[in-house]
Amino acid sequence: MLAKISRFTGVGRRELGMLVLFLILCVIATLGTFEAGIEESLFKFDRTVTEMKDGKPVQYIDTMGSKFLQPSNLQNQLKMIGMFGIFSIGVGLVIIAAGIDLSLGSLMALFGVVFFLTLSSWGESMGLPLPVRAFVAVLAVLVLGVVFGVFHAVSIAYIGMPAFIVTLCGLLGYRGLARVISDETTVSTKGLEYPTLDYLCQGQFAGIPLPFIYLMVTALIAWVVLHHSVYGRYIFAVGRSEMATKYSGISSAKIIGSTYVICALLTAVSAILFCFYTGSVSASVHGNFYELYGIAAAVLGGCSLRGGEGSIVGIVIGTAIIILIQNTVTLLGGKSAWEAAIVGGVIFIGVFIDLVLPKLRAAK
Amino acid sequence: MNDRHMAADPGVPLLEMRGITKRFPGVVALDQVDFKIHPGEIVALIGENGAGKSTLMKILGGVHQPSAGELLIEGNPVQIGSVAEASAFGIGFVHQELNNLDNLDIAANVFLGREARRFFLLDRRTMRAATRPYLERLGLEISPDTLLSELSIGQQQMVEIAKALSMRARILIMDEPTSSLTLGETERLLSVMRELRDQGIAIIFISHRLGEIEQCADRVTALRDGVNSGRLARDEICHGAMVQLMVGRDVKATVARSGGERVPGYVQIRDMRTSAWPGQSVSLDIAGGEVLGVAGLVGAGRSELAQAIFGVERALSGTITLDGISIPTNRVKACVQNGIYLIPEDRKAAGLVVEMSVRENTTLASLPRYATAGLLLGGETAATETQIRELNIKTPHAETAAVNLSGGNQQKIVLGKWLSMNPRFIIFDEPTRGIDVGSKQEIYDIIHALADEGVAVMVISSDMEEVLAISDRIAVMSHGAISGFLERDAFGEEAVMNLAVMKPPSPSTL
Repeated sequence: MLAKISRFTGVGRRELGMLVLFLILCVIATLGTFEAGIEESLFKFDRTVTEMKDGKPVQYIDTMGSKFLQPSNLQNQLKMIGMFGIFSIGVGLVIIAAGIDLSLGSLMALFGVVFFLTLSSWGESMGLPLPVRAFVAVLAVLVLGVVFGVFHAVSIAYIGMPAFIVTLCGLLGYRGLARVISDETTVSTKGLEYPTLDYLCQGQFAGIPLPFIYLMVTALIAWVVLHHSVYGRYIFAVGRSEMATKYSGISSAKIIGSTYVICALLTAVSAILFCFYTGSVSASVHGNFYELYGIAAAVLGGCSLRGGEGSIVGIVIGTAIIILIQNTVTLLGGKSAWEAAIVGGVIFIGVFIDLVLPKLRAAK
Repeated sequence: MNDRHMAADPGVPLLEMRGITKRFPGVVALDQVDFKIHPGEIVALIGENGAGKSTLMKILGGVHQPSAGELLIEGNPVQIGSVAEASAFGIGFVHQELNNLDNLDIAANVFLGREARRFFLLDRRTMRAATRPYLERLGLEISPDTLLSELSIGQQQMVEIAKALSMRARILIMDEPTSSLTLGETERLLSVMRELRDQGIAIIFISHRLGEIEQCADRVTALRDGVNSGRLARDEICHGAMVQLMVGRDVKATVARSGGERVPGYVQIRDMRTSAWPGQSVSLDIAGGEVLGVAGLVGAGRSELAQAIFGVERALSGTITLDGISIPTNRVKACVQNGIYLIPEDRKAAGLVVEMSVRENTTLASLPRYATAGLLLGGETAATETQIRELNIKTPHAETAAVNLSGGNQQKIVLGKWLSMNPRFIIFDEPTRGIDVGSKQEIYDIIHALADEGVAVMVISSDMEEVLAISDRIAVMSHGAISGFLERDAFGEEAVMNLAVMKPPSPSTL
């Protein structure tokens, strides 16, 4: 019975373990960021404080709250999980098909530059009214996503170049291209207002940030496709054994190639959301290392770099864990430098435990 | 080390395993098994897949520890806790599944872990010189510098054997050593084994090739379902007796089929050239309902031909016609859509995705059939159950991972995958390699049943007995070309062999 549920949801022991880790981190985040003077928080209590003032004891009520559970913080984190999660699902699919994509962050820089330039200078020189510019900008970025995705697909899956090399070249090349196009300046909407786009990227629905809702929709579709469709089964098969898949009459190139296209497309979506989050794009730093966060989220969530293993639920939880750690470190006042070190450490420990625990159990 | 060719006390066995029991979670693999061997003898260890032979040998090789029982070497009880300890006791293992590194050369593989050094640097010259005599002895006319990846599977296996020999083992365990070897290489190996035996080495020979056992074994020990099922002395060794001990019942030798209706020219292959043999072209016809056996030495180009026909490897030229319709070459999908299937030689790498379940493997090639609007909503269960039942696949569950099943059952999954898709022309590449007698017979029955239904069947096999028993006609390949066809009345081991070693006329200049 349990096995059936496990197969249906794609959730296994690994994902449950990650969920437990996530909950533990939530508790740590909640309790660790307790401070005085926090008025708005989902977890707070009042206490009476007695102080000496002018020689006379004075009492007043002070509110202790968890900084983590402040609605504004939670909403921000959900937004981040949404934005990071979308492209993490993309790279997760690539990894399950036994590939890798190192170029995501640089693609985001390129997409961001193209997006903002279309909204400002390019759109102006083309004489487009603002709403049209918005539409064209979004379309342009999505189309670019497909273009680059196809480029990866052809080089890696059809021509047979190693994925690591092709996307490494992308990592370097795309950002360079972005810097050239933006002339090393920071691009933005140059003061122009795009209320609809702004709402679609940064707005809320019933208190939940829209990016998170987009993530849920993406995750739902991805879940159905990966775990319950013919195409999804092919992805797992080709990730485990490309040869056996070929010998079964399935075009492994098509399957592998398509994962790169999906990944680039989802990166394009995330890029648009990030643009309105940061407000501007500086090509040399925008999206720096994001591909590693995506890969880390996927691996933490159970995608093996050897291919053939993973789940959508796991990727989402993995993303959430990484965002949560970053948030905790920030709230505790730690230097942002610590974030990277701690995230790296947690991923290492997570994968280590996942690998070593079953071996220990078997040896008994 | 060869000076000790006579044991100190000829009565004491070099190795004795007494009352060996091995328990794994949920299963007792070995129950009170005895085995002994003296220096200077070849003892064959026989039994069906799953009988416990591998487990017993793994205990001897230091991979497993017995749950009960004792091991005695030259009468002294020992513990073999690791592979290194087994080596130290003079036990050499030549595995069935090749364990060599194909990105290194022969000498490097032979000396892996024991590299000769000169002032901290690898002494390649010494290693090369030391490797040569072993290669010559095994008839491998190849330089020790050759990369393993350039050798055929048969040749790689010879290198494994050379490695064990070079480790001066006193006891050699040979696990299905001839399964990938040609007739010539097998003869050479058996004679080398006899030489080694005469020098006092004890050889444990595990094989399903009963003919070879008859040729060289001094004694036979049989296992069935984890217990001793009997022993045979030199003069008792014969095919029937061995099969009886293994299976517990008499298995009739395969009888040639009288055959049903034939449709001549059902499959026509013309001028097919493979990238392995670009200068040779192959043309042949297979009638619907005919079993065409394809024999030849390893490296003759048979598998390459099959792969070129199926489209997984590049065919440089050639046409395929099925029932009068031309089939595009170099497109696996085209073959699959027209009912042309290949059961590959390497079932673990190409036939199955071993980590996936029986169900997922059985349905992999025909998945869209079980889907509604691209989604899999449980349509596979019925089809899987049918295949498991019809092919008698022994598995605890349809969700069991294929890697947990025996070789014979894994092969049945591969068969099930394709048989459920109405084959019209099916190619079997070494269908019974490493499979026990019982499952072999089942597979032969399946092959004959397919032919009786009118399917054109091509069976590539290096097992002479097998090819002669199940084929209606035999095509013999040599050096990339067909050197001849044999009709039933001309069947014979010598006839096949003669054609197999023939050198075809030099390729025409293109």
